[in-house]
Amino acid sequence: MRLAGGVLPKVCMCGTHILSLHPQRKEEQRVKISLSINGTQHEADIEPRFLLVHLIRDVIGLTGTHIGCETSICGACTVLLDGKPVKSCAVLAVQANGGQVTTIEGLAKDGQLHPMQEAFWECHGLQCGYCTPGMIMAACGLLKETPNPSEEEIRHGLEGNICRCTGYQHIVDAVKYAADKMVA
Amino acid sequence: MSFLAKYIGQKVKRTEDPRLIQGIGHYVDDIKLADTLHVVILRSPYAHARINAINTDAAKRVPGVVAVYTGADVAGKVGNVPCAMAHPELKVPAFGVLAQTKVFFVGHPVAAVVAQNKYQARDAADLIDVDYEPLDVVSDGEKAAQPDSPVIHEEFGTNIALVHNAGVGDIDAAFAQADKIVTQRLVHQRLAPISIEPRGVLAQYFPGEHQLNLWSSTQIPHLMRTQVSLMLGMPENRVRVVTPEVGGGFGCKLNVYAEEALLGWIAMQLHKPVKWIEGRRENFQATIHGRGQTGTVQVAVKNDGTLLGLKYDVIADIGAYHQLLTPAIPTLTGLMLSGCYKIPAISMKCTEVFTNKMSTDAYRGAGRPEATYLVERLMDCVARELNMDPVELRRKNFPQPDEFPFTTACGVIYDSGDYEKALSKALTIADYQKLRDEQKAARAAGRVMGIGVSTYVEICAMGPSAAMPAGGWESATIRVEPTGKVTVLTGVSPHGQGEETAFAQIVGDMLGIDMNDVLVVHGDTAVVQYGIGTFGSRGLAVGGAALVCATEKVVKKAKKLAAHLLGADEASLTFEDGKFVGAPDDKSLTIQEVALAAHTAASLPEDFEPGLTATHFFEPKNFTFPSGTHICVVEIDRETGELEIKRYIAVDDCGNQINPLIVAGQVHGGIAQGLAQALFEEVVYDENGQLLTGELMDYAVPKAHQLPRYELDHTVTPTPVNPLGAKGVGEAGTIGSTPAVANAVIDALAPFGVKHVDLPLRPEKLWRMMHN
Repeated sequence: MRLAGGVLPKVCMCGTHILSLHPQRKEEQRVKISLSINGTQHEADIEPRFLLVHLIRDVIGLTGTHIGCETSICGACTVLLDGKPVKSCAVLAVQANGGQVTTIEGLAKDGQLHPMQEAFWECHGLQCGYCTPGMIMAACGLLKETPNPSEEEIRHGLEGNICRCTGYQHIVDAVKYAADKMVA
Repeated sequence: MSFLAKYIGQKVKRTEDPRLIQGIGHYVDDIKLADTLHVVILRSPYAHARINAINTDAAKRVPGVVAVYTGADVAGKVGNVPCAMAHPELKVPAFGVLAQTKVFFVGHPVAAVVAQNKYQARDAADLIDVDYEPLDVVSDGEKAAQPDSPVIHEEFGTNIALVHNAGVGDIDAAFAQADKIVTQRLVHQRLAPISIEPRGVLAQYFPGEHQLNLWSSTQIPHLMRTQVSLMLGMPENRVRVVTPEVGGGFGCKLNVYAEEALLGWIAMQLHKPVKWIEGRRENFQATIHGRGQTGTVQVAVKNDGTLLGLKYDVIADIGAYHQLLTPAIPTLTGLMLSGCYKIPAISMKCTEVFTNKMSTDAYRGAGRPEATYLVERLMDCVARELNMDPVELRRKNFPQPDEFPFTTACGVIYDSGDYEKALSKALTIADYQKLRDEQKAARAAGRVMGIGVSTYVEICAMGPSAAMPAGGWESATIRVEPTGKVTVLTGVSPHGQGEETAFAQIVGDMLGIDMNDVLVVHGDTAVVQYGIGTFGSRGLAVGGAALVCATEKVVKKAKKLAAHLLGADEASLTFEDGKFVGAPDDKSLTIQEVALAAHTAASLPEDFEPGLTATHFFEPKNFTFPSGTHICVVEIDRETGELEIKRYIAVDDCGNQINPLIVAGQVHGGIAQGLAQALFEEVVYDENGQLLTGELMDYAVPKAHQLPRYELDHTVTPTPVNPLGAKGVGEAGTIGSTPAVANAVIDALAPFGVKHVDLPLRPEKLWRMMHN
């Protein structure tokens, strides 16, 4: 883009830029990776810049992991990587090579909802549902670290995830409900 | 009709949830069609510039790139982005789907790149060479209205798009009789709606059938079909709009943007499916903003607190272009300037001005939060001036329950209300007197504590068609299938409101069947009869009302057949708990049995149409006016300016409730957004029209730890406007909460001589107020 004088814009020009840092990259640059997603081993041949969230959604076809900002703020894309919550829009797929990924689709077992899913349903912890998979995965990560959290610990534990619909109270209630169930 | 309320009024868990909590629902980006091409839009980095040249050669050479389109390609082929408000004096600039000779705001679409995958499309967009010649920027609404301001749209010779006057009553007499006139300048800052799912469009064209399918994340599938068909010159019945799961709207998807028609047009050029998914940065730049009013309010009052008149002179900074409802939103403010008070004379002058920014339009509340904020803020200013308790001032000016329907000096008729009841309940829950005592003690101890009250009323259930730009009715079809399962087709388009559940509750009770036997279908123009959509707290109050009427029709029809089959007199039959009873020999028929007979049609009464289906288009006679009282208690850290919400109490009256669980969720989310306006959020453009809050990094959407626990209660004053008695609840929290929080903070700062602070009330601002 040629800027014909004037003030340089402080804001990036294009819609979403994070992926376009290397426009001159060579097409032949590709990497083979292998990783487990929800217990199934997958091989992929990808560009080094390819994001984990795009691998999950567009290559593997698991669309429950949502993209809300592509800048690691909103948390809609949260998955567990080797048991820890990560924002898959800010993880390169190559960084997950050899790892174990759990997405929202991997939580329910044998047709039984995970207690955290059940809790979100029970407590009306979702409205539009778009942040929900990331929120549930982050909450699962939280309970791994802190199995019996206080309300304050839940609120701080979820500060990497934005919900625009619920005002969070029912989400907090849901996490508490799940914690009680999982400890019992 | 009477029925047993087995589901209605119960906290029924949502039927939408199982697919959403398992991540197996489908939002637009989750829909995968074979051979889909991906579109990236190149947007202007300048707020105002002339485009001297665009070179797309390098972009076209990027591997995987199929096409690059600019304004020249679409000129004369794709119509302009529509504005639904028709007003003889309104200036409407031509808003093409891609910029032609100039760009008018940062984010203005300039070119569209189509490639096999989105990485290629983004790479190519970076290689488009645009020669911009920057022009003078108008980024301040008040300056834009000045005669010496640069003019954005030269063809009009002015930046003033519309001057709107509202209100009735002798305003000069009111002010002449006043003991006191209280004046305050107020800024309603711009906000970004921020649905967590950004916008997105998938378009597929079948040339043989001349059929265009659009999947769009929208609140208004039918209105979009009409508008897109007009923009593309396609017959409307050959355009199908499907609204899959929608990840939040809050008004920003109550619109028809450039991208829907553009994607449709591209699909028609390439004969391949094309998808565009908005990035968050684009979402800040090119999805509508809300609010954006700066004005001065004057209230004329007697020394005893009797309100005499209110004047509001305001500039609405509407941005560079009109989106669908842009110019109409400030006019809604003019409908609600009486708040929940008796004010004999009201006058508003609203000047809507163009600036080099994204358009404003409907954001949760849409024009009414502005009214409630200014009225409620002024009530506190007046109370302070008269040395009255703010609660007593409010109470003194309420219309009494027997004064409804109550006509205001804004020309609207409040349907029903009992403002005192909600206020008393909220005061009791808060233990208001005790709070005031605590505040005295806190102040004596050097702590900074404040209590804020807001008593609000809102205009909802949009609305009577005469007052709406494109019809205000809503439609419902109910089909009792041969097996007795029930299909509901609703014209509303829920995106988180839970109407699949609430509507199944209604039909379950009315037909005396298991609500799980009811399937609620919405958001597909090829399947559902024309509808208006979901916005303005109308889903249940207008769409649900249509469903009640359609269900009554189906029962009436079924009764005729039941009487025929039972050999009974129709008048002697009653429909109870899913059965027609009252026939001779205690014979009865269930609704399912009647449905089967209606379809097999072996024995029908004369002139009886086979099948058991009914459609109703419900036209509301008036808006509804939900109301309530919110109380907020805050404490501010004197050293850091940090604010803590100690308590938040909301007593809302949305009339009858179908599902109190969903109502609570709506109120919580609404409060969170109103509170976000009070404390955190603001869209900021600099003097060059650059958007400084272009990411979630810079625009402060609150997180869980920044919000309080809400204490909710309700009063119930049903509306006579619809058969459900439901008033709507989607926007109540947002409308009630902003002034409650602001009043609490300013009350806390009163010992520092602070009479008003503009929003958002961030710690730095509060610290400066305390340390002057």
